[in-house]
Amino acid sequence: MTKDITIIITDREGVIHQVQAPTDMNLNIMELIRMFELAPEGTVGVCGGMAMCASCQCYILNDVLKTERNDDEEAMLSEAYHIKSNSRLGCQIPISDAIDGLELEIAPEQ
Amino acid sequence: MIETDILIIGAGPTGLFAVFEAGLLKLKCHIIDALPQIGGQLAELYPKKPIFDIPGFPEVLAGDLVTNLMEQIKQFQPGFTLAETAETIDKLEDGTFIVTTNKGTKHHSKAVAIAGGLGTFEPRIPQLKTISFYEEKGVEYFVKDPELFRNKRIVIAGGGDSALDWSIFLSNVASEVTLVHRRNEFRGALDSVEKVQELKKSGTINLITPAEVVAINGKNHVESITLENEGVQQVFETDFFIPLFGLTPKLGAIANWGLEIEKNCIKVNNALDYQTNIPGIYAIGDVNTYPGKLKLILCGFHEATLMCQSVYQRINPGKKYVLKYTTVSGVDGFDGTRKEAEKAVLKSIN
Repeated sequence: MTKDITIIITDREGVIHQVQAPTDMNLNIMELIRMFELAPEGTVGVCGGMAMCASCQCYILNDVLKTERNDDEEAMLSEAYHIKSNSRLGCQIPISDAIDGLELEIAPEQ
Repeated sequence: MIETDILIIGAGPTGLFAVFEAGLLKLKCHIIDALPQIGGQLAELYPKKPIFDIPGFPEVLAGDLVTNLMEQIKQFQPGFTLAETAETIDKLEDGTFIVTTNKGTKHHSKAVAIAGGLGTFEPRIPQLKTISFYEEKGVEYFVKDPELFRNKRIVIAGGGDSALDWSIFLSNVASEVTLVHRRNEFRGALDSVEKVQELKKSGTINLITPAEVVAINGKNHVESITLENEGVQQVFETDFFIPLFGLTPKLGAIANWGLEIEKNCIKVNNALDYQTNIPGIYAIGDVNTYPGKLKLILCGFHEATLMCQSVYQRINPGKKYVLKYTTVSGVDGFDGTRKEAEKAVLKSIN
């Protein structure tokens, strides 16, 4: 049986949630946010996870995440709002053992 | 006044398939959609993406699914009110409804099925301080009428298909077309990118990348925009500024129709007939919610089918209905066509 990992998510109200994320369900960060209902339905993951809406934009707060933005993500973020240098799309970050302890903040609504 | 049996709001896959199921029950449908084309999210967001969970299709492109659905329903001659948004609804004493769009088009129907998906697609508006002042004074978020730009100078901003496609199209209409994008890379169909490259080479389109529009200038109408690249600003004269930064869905006016809303979705009676708290108004597909809801196209098809059965009972109270299979009964179109299985031939073997 695979072990859950811990992700620390600050919601749009500034509340910090420590959630246990399963690594065996092919989930990504956007889906995790929806799973734990950390943002109102319809305000995150609008396009379903295709890097086409930026509603799941997050700010990465620590250095656990080692992957860079992919091309689709870069293109979407180049047109999105509230962008910072640590912006990522939650839907493009798969949940795996490699991101255990990741801390992030959900960006404001687009 | 447009008359119909079921008025469907939303021309996505669920709304389109509802036309077929309604047609089998001899019910006529009319569809309203805010976008100028049918297909909803499938056409607007991801026409070239494959879908793998449509029963019977191991893989189908979203755009092809829309084309197939249209082919499947065409004999039931649905009516369309496109590029208009359903604004108000009035329930008449006889239980029928009048739905009026933002452009004043009135629809009279015996039942209403909201198949609005994520909601009405509205343009994403750039965060420029004075942009609202210039709306309809040189700032346009959609290209509704290309003639507006005839012999004018226009600046289009954006890096997706709409920005590319309209730059190409309007290069034959406007006196000067400039395309501005924050990056050098565009994410549109390859042939559109290549076409823009070609038009840039021939001097038909000005391409300014990487750059961002940071201000709009002009007394009573757009006269110029300010572009910025790595801290360097440049004022660029233009008559129109058209930011095409994609669309974002909003539930819109439907949220004020007195329907029970939960988590930005319309609550329906679970698995009975997907009727809302207002009898005669149904919600099907991604727009509804109920315990156990799954936002899947195939679930939307099921919901559309049950909705049509319920509307049939509503319109024909007390009338007995026997479920028929298309394999056995065939499909009789409203256009006089008939589709049916080939009759088996009985032959004796001697």
